[in-house]
Order: sequence, then structure tokens, then C-alpha cells
Amino acid sequence: MTTTPARALPPLKTRRRPARSRSLRSWYRNGSLIAGIVIVGGLILVAVFAPLITSYSPTAQNLTDVLQGPSAAHWLGTDRFGRDVFTRLVYGTRVDLRIGFMAVLIPFVVGSVLGGLAGYFGGWLDTLVMRLVDIFFAFPFYVMVIALVFILGSGETSIYLAIAAVSWVSYAKIVRGEVLVAKQQDYVMAARLGGFSHLKVLARHIGPNVLSQAIIYAMSDIVQDIMAIVTLGYLGLGIAPPTAEWGSMILDGQQFITTQWQQATIPGLAVVVTSLGLSWLGDGLSDLLSPDRRK
Amino acid sequence: MTDVTAQPEVTAQPVVLRVANISKEYRLGQGLFGRVGGAKKSLKALDGVDLELRRGEVLALVGESGSGKSTLAKILVGAVNQTGGEIQESGLAQGADRKQRSRHVQMVFQDPYSSLNPRINVGSMLAGLLRLHRLVPRGEVRAESIRLLNRVGLQEDVLHAYPSQFSGGQRQRLAIARALAVRPQVLVADEPVSALDVSIQATILELFRSLQDELGLSILFIAHNLAVVQHLSQRVAVMYLGRIVEVADTAEIFSNPRHPYTRALIDSIPRMSADSFTDPFEITGEPPSPVDLPSGCRFHPRCPIATERCRTEDPVLSLVGPGHTSACLLAEELPPYGGVPALKEEE
Amino acid sequence: MSEEPLLSVRNLSLGVRRKGGPTTVIVDDISFDVAEGQRFGIVGESGSGKSMTLRAIANLLPGGVKVLSGTIKYRGDDLGTMPAKSRRRLAGPEIAMIFQEPMTALNPVMRVGEQIAESPRRHLGLSRAAAMDLAIDMMRKTGIPDPARRARAYPHELSGGLRQRIMIAMALSCSPKLLLCDEPTTALDVTVQHQVLRLLEQLCEDSGTALVFVTHDLGVVNQTCRDLAVMYAGEIVERGQVKNVFSGPRHPYTKGLLDSAPDFDKPDRKLAAIPGFPPNLADRGDGCPFQPRCPFAVEQCATSRPRLEQVLPGREAACFETARIFEGATA
Repeated sequence: MTTTPARALPPLKTRRRPARSRSLRSWYRNGSLIAGIVIVGGLILVAVFAPLITSYSPTAQNLTDVLQGPSAAHWLGTDRFGRDVFTRLVYGTRVDLRIGFMAVLIPFVVGSVLGGLAGYFGGWLDTLVMRLVDIFFAFPFYVMVIALVFILGSGETSIYLAIAAVSWVSYAKIVRGEVLVAKQQDYVMAARLGGFSHLKVLARHIGPNVLSQAIIYAMSDIVQDIMAIVTLGYLGLGIAPPTAEWGSMILDGQQFITTQWQQATIPGLAVVVTSLGLSWLGDGLSDLLSPDRRK
Repeated sequence: MTDVTAQPEVTAQPVVLRVANISKEYRLGQGLFGRVGGAKKSLKALDGVDLELRRGEVLALVGESGSGKSTLAKILVGAVNQTGGEIQESGLAQGADRKQRSRHVQMVFQDPYSSLNPRINVGSMLAGLLRLHRLVPRGEVRAESIRLLNRVGLQEDVLHAYPSQFSGGQRQRLAIARALAVRPQVLVADEPVSALDVSIQATILELFRSLQDELGLSILFIAHNLAVVQHLSQRVAVMYLGRIVEVADTAEIFSNPRHPYTRALIDSIPRMSADSFTDPFEITGEPPSPVDLPSGCRFHPRCPIATERCRTEDPVLSLVGPGHTSACLLAEELPPYGGVPALKEEE
Repeated sequence: MSEEPLLSVRNLSLGVRRKGGPTTVIVDDISFDVAEGQRFGIVGESGSGKSMTLRAIANLLPGGVKVLSGTIKYRGDDLGTMPAKSRRRLAGPEIAMIFQEPMTALNPVMRVGEQIAESPRRHLGLSRAAAMDLAIDMMRKTGIPDPARRARAYPHELSGGLRQRIMIAMALSCSPKLLLCDEPTTALDVTVQHQVLRLLEQLCEDSGTALVFVTHDLGVVNQTCRDLAVMYAGEIVERGQVKNVFSGPRHPYTKGLLDSAPDFDKPDRKLAAIPGFPPNLADRGDGCPFQPRCPFAVEQCATSRPRLEQVLPGREAACFETARIFEGATA
């Protein structure tokens, strides 16, 4: 065999693939993501700039102008207390969006932490948490939320508590599953071997890799929560009047469905559009954050 | 051309890592009812392992599936706790905590695609370690990171890159740089080149060799490819079913193996320049599961020269030559090793 | 002696077409023949295209990969233009394949005996009982102890080596004329690999089955095959008898590969790595694909592509400089 070539082992000039921040290069091609951003973004803008969009007050009653049809002055007419329906729709955006996002926050945090710890440490903690999850999972969401709000009395706090009590379990399950997988990765063991404490490992290595799934789930969870709030409002268990809220608007408007149908249907449409927007946003985020995952 | 296999100073070097009578037992739960009655089955992944690693040497640990070599590696780095026996590391007090231990022994993993966190860039990864252990003052973290990268043959420009931008061989280099960051005395390399292309393997093997030469690093090199082992290590330990069955200097073990399993292992290597041949040391059958250990010598069901004594007596590692131990009752009686037949003539 | 070769691959090119983008060529214009009973090895590293070539022959190309051009002829019949039904009928009695990972190739919810019996029942029209007898007989031939009992086991109850033997039994159950092997022993322990390879050798010799054996392990190809093709970046760069190629390569890549592989019989030889990086198939230039890493490259190598040409009797290499580089070396 001939001698080895004269060229000794050179220090490798690192050629590597060009940096592409995961799938960011195609995010603008992602239809769902764009649609979601447009709709949700639009809704947020409407909520924020409500006073600029309409000059009426959502709660002031004007008993001289009750039950008027759509006109130049009142685009969607007035309700039975003479309040401008369009204004209430716009201000309702604030209420429903805000409560939707907030209501998701507590279960997200609580569920992710519990699920994450259970998955990471295993053992009795895992068994305990999972049995709890099994128990809570047995109850249907809407039934539980309505029952709890009924018991606790209507109002914003009750809504948060009721929803949190029921929906934390999904986050726990999702995050636990992700953590179980992430835990097996060699880089987690390498971090432990490097001397990092459990806390640091969870924060630096496990956390970022598992939370994306929880965030994606949270998007669809907001939809569910908004539906719950609207339902509660419709049942008279939601936000106390006179605050403008889509659910209570549907409740108010249902008696006039034959004469002023827009009072009940337009808020319903708003709910549908919001849900669509959030779903698309969730879909788009899912593609973005975990492109290699099969749907 | 340096002849790796002849380093006479090695045996005189101090021991940096010693394990004594290490065992690891996994209890196999049988559910609620299994625990109430009937014997509990257990899996003894390791059963009384003694090993010594000296300063500056490459000790190869060779074995097939079920041998326990990966379990031993995990125990050595502290990822798994042994159920019996003790580990002594020079320069490390008994009961040192995880952080102190991590400065002493580090690990390089087999799979280059799961050993680096895809969301953390190279610079961040190295800086994190350097800062955690306060190895250099804050201002020098970047410079030290670059030094580490250069040491493994990479340049400064990779600091901002993410693991997904690198090939398998480059990733292993990064993993080695990470392991070296804490300035360990011992490196446990768990089949570090098995997942790489043949032509890339050579570069990583040469890297290990240079680290041994330049840093005086002691390396425990776990492998199943004996040809790789022959090139890199000074001593070889062969494992079978949770025990070490033979230990010797590299040259010695390949020219004069004194355990039937070692012989069979050597004979199984597909050669590049010789024909396959039938050998008296053809072992038969499948490796048994560690759950159902054979009586007496663990190897006897597959051993071509097993005797009655082998079925009942469990051999211990004993000296069969200078620096050469073997756990075979018939070690003395083994015929001299014929080795590979002479190369056939070209057609 | 002009017999029709059993398998004839001519100018085969495979590619991946991206949506609205350029086609990446992963196998580029390769040709080789396999005669009856011949044992032919294809050696290469990742990106060489060796596995895809095999899959093209077996009609198992993954979704995005298409045959861009060329023909694959089995016994003179073009596999590409054959009706699908006839193509399927070949699998089993004519062409069979074994894979690297026996766990994914075996149905986890079906007993192994039944899985082996499937093919003979279908292709040879055997009854259930007769097929099972054949299956047990095949298991015995592949060295599985206590085959009658083992036939009732599920794949997860068996070790890797046993599963691989089951796969071999499955593949050989209808006595195919051509056996395609895609790194069948890479995932096995070395002692088990030894046994499985000897088994393959023996069975193929007994039944006159031809073998196309894809691997990256030079020792394995030396032990199993008489002839081989070395692939790099989708092209065949050298072809000839294994012994001759290994003792006197005629292509710089082959030489680089041999120099970088730890050779058990030459422990003192220093390993020399091939400099540079694995080929980027999307970025094919006009020149020789190995040129960026070749220590012997000259100007011509960057601008034109060398063709596979005969350099010795029974040996071909695709290199402009082969005579200059390897002059003076013994065959």
C-alpha cells in the first residue's frame, strides 16, 4: 500500500450549512399563520383602540332610543336599553379577549409546572400528579366550568378559578409527555454531567424544548375558554351586566331575534371569527415551532 | 510514525480511576400481584467489576450487547448509581458532590445528533460551562471558548452557529470540546465513532490520540469495533454479561488472547485483507439475556471448550501473564493463538 | 460466454424533485451487471446513493425519489416498463430484500412463523400447513434453534440476531434468484454478524442466489462479495474484484477510504483521514465530485467529469489521473 498523502490533517475550516432560523424563512408563506395574525391582530387593535372607533359609551343607557334598527347613527342599531350595539360589540372585544388570554394563563403555568416536574423527577411525584390528572380529566369541561361558576357565583374571578381548576390537566399531560422525551436526550444527561443543577437543566435544556407544544395547545385553549365565557354570559352566569360582553349580548338579543336579529347574531359571528383566527394562529405556530412534527 | 501500542511508561503511571466490585442490579417489577408472591426477577447488568484506569492511557472497554459496558460508563460518570461496590477517583474526596465530580470525569456520547441541544448555540454552550465552574474570569470566557474549539480542530466562526448546521463528525468535535471545557482528568467515550462514516472516524480517532498526547488525558474508550480499539488503546478490557473476562495490553490481547470469548470476538472481525475462515473458536447460539444468567462460568453455554467444571465453577479474574488477567478456568490450557492465516496469493 | 446477466442496471439516475424547485440528483448515471449466483458488493458512505440504488431495484423508492433516467433489467425484462402486477409477482420468488433494522421490517403483531409463510403461500400457492412447514424448515436452515417452537414467537420476543435470521428466512423462503441486502448486519453485534454473514454465504451458495450487498464496512464486503462497486456522491468511481481493489485501488477515493479504515491486520498503519467534507449533492459542479477533497486533483478535475473506464482487465475507475497516481503500484 502506498504511503499516506503529504497533506497532514488540517484544522478544519468549518463549512457548514447557512444559518436558517428553523423555518423562519417560510413563515410568510404560511397561510394559516398569516390569516391568524391578521385576524387576531385586528381584534387586538379593535380592543385597544375602541374609544377611537366609536364615540358612544357601551354602558350608558338611553331609553329614548331603544330597539332602533341599523342606521347611519347606530350601525347595528340599539338594544333594549338604548345602548349602541356596535359600540358594545367593540368593547366586548376587550372583555372577551382579555378574559380569554388571562383564563389560559393560570392553567398554563400550573399545568406545565406540575406536568414538567412530574415528568422530570418521576417516582411518587409523577404517580401523584398523574392520578390527579386522571381524576380531573374524567369531568367534561363545560359541565365542570358551569357548575363551578354556579357554586362560586358569577364574576371574573370565579371564571378564572373555574377554568383553571379544570383545564390545567391538559397542559400537565402535554408537558409531561414532552419532558419524558426530552429527558432521554443525551444533551440533558450531558448537562447534568457538566454539573448543572436540576433547576438549571429544566430551565435551560428541557424548558425551551417542551413549551412550544404547550403554547400551541394554549391557542386552541383560548378558543375553548372564550366559548366558555360566552356560554356563561349567555346563561347569565358570566360577567355582570352592564359590562358589554358577547355572551350576554346574545342573551339580551335573543328575544328580539325576529325583529332586530343583528343584536344576537353579530356577536355570535364575532365569536366565530375570533375562534377561527386563534385556530389559524395555533396552526401556523405549530408549523413554525415544530416543523418536523407530523400533524 | 508513532507506534501507539508501545508506551512502556503507562503501567508505571498513577491510577486516576478505580472501581472495585461494582454491581448494578435492576429489579424487574411484576406489578402488584407479582410482588405478593413468587420470586422477584432481577437483571444484574454488572456483577462484580474491577477496573483501573491510569493517567494518560487509553483503556478500551469492549463488549457486545448485554455486556454491561454502557451501564458501567454511566456509573463511572455518575449518571447512574451502582447498587454495590465503590468508585475511587484520585484527587476527589469521598462524597464529592455532582459539581465537583463533573470536573473530574466527563463523557462523550455515541449519537452526535442527540448529544447537543439544538436550541443552544456553540458559544452559549461553552460559556455556560465555563461560567458555572468559574474556570476563567468573565472577560476571558470567549477566548477560552475559542481555545477549546481550536483544540478540537474548529475555528472561532462556529461560536454563533447552532448544532443543526454541522455534520456528524463536526458535532462530535463539539461534544468533545464541551467535555474538555471543565478540564477533566478522565474522558469516558461511549462508542464515539460508531455513528460516523468510516472516513470521518479516522479524524475523530486522531483527535482522541492528540488529546491523550497533549493533555495527558486518560480515556476510557468503549467500543464494539475491535479494529478501532487496536489502533487507539494501550490496554483492553473485555466484558461479557456484566463481568470483565480479560484485561491485557493491546498488543498482548490481540496476539495472545486467553479467554475463549476474546478469541471468538477477534475471530469475528471481518477482515479487509484475508479470507473468512473456520476457526476452532466458533461460538454458537445467541448471547443469553442478563436476566437468565447461566450457572458457573457465564460463557459456558456458548464456549467450544467448556468442561464440566465450567458448568459449576464461576471463574474470577486471575493473572495469566504480566499485566494480563483472564477469567477462564482453562486459560492455562488454551492452545497458542493461531491468529489470521497468511494472506492468500492474488489470483 | 455471453449469458444474459441476471440484473442489468444501465445509466440509472435517481433524483429528488422539490416542489417548484430544482431536482437534486442523488444517483447519477450508474451501470452495473450482476450475473447468476454472483456476489456483488456496493460500498460507500452517507450520500453515496448506494441504498437508493438498491431500493430502486426493489421498487421501494421513498415518496419523493424518482427514477430520472436509465433502465433496470431483470432477466432481460425492463422493470420500469413492466405492468405493476408483474412487478409485484417478482418479489419473493425472484427478487427479495433484507434490511438493516429487523424490528421495522417485521410485523410486530404477527407471529414470525406466519410472516415467513406469507410469501410462499402467496407466490407458490402453498396451503397454510405446507407453507408453515416450509417456514419452519427455513428457520432451521438459518440456524434458529428449536424452530417449531420459535415460529410461534412474536418479533419483540427475539433478539436482534434471531430477528435478522427470520428476515433472511423470509427473504429466501421462495428461493429467489436475486437477494438485495441493505446493510443487514450493521446493527448486529460483531459475533452475531459473523454468524449471519457465514449463513448468508452458505445459503446463497447452496441455492445459487445472486447477492447485491450494500455496506459501508470494508471488512464485511471483503468477506461476503467477490466483486464490488465503490460509490461516491451518487456515482460509481471504481469497479472490480474486491481483492484486487483492496490491494491496489485505482481511484483516490477508494484509496482514501482504505487508508482511513482501521485494518485489523495492519495495526501499525497510521490512519489517514480524507480531508474535506462529505459531498453536497445539491451543489454538483461540472467536475469530478471527489475533486474538492482529492489530494491528486489537477485543473481538469474541476471542469470536467471523468467517466468510468477500464484501467486494467476487469477493473474500471472514473479518474483522469489514475495512471499517473497509481503507476508503479502492483495489481
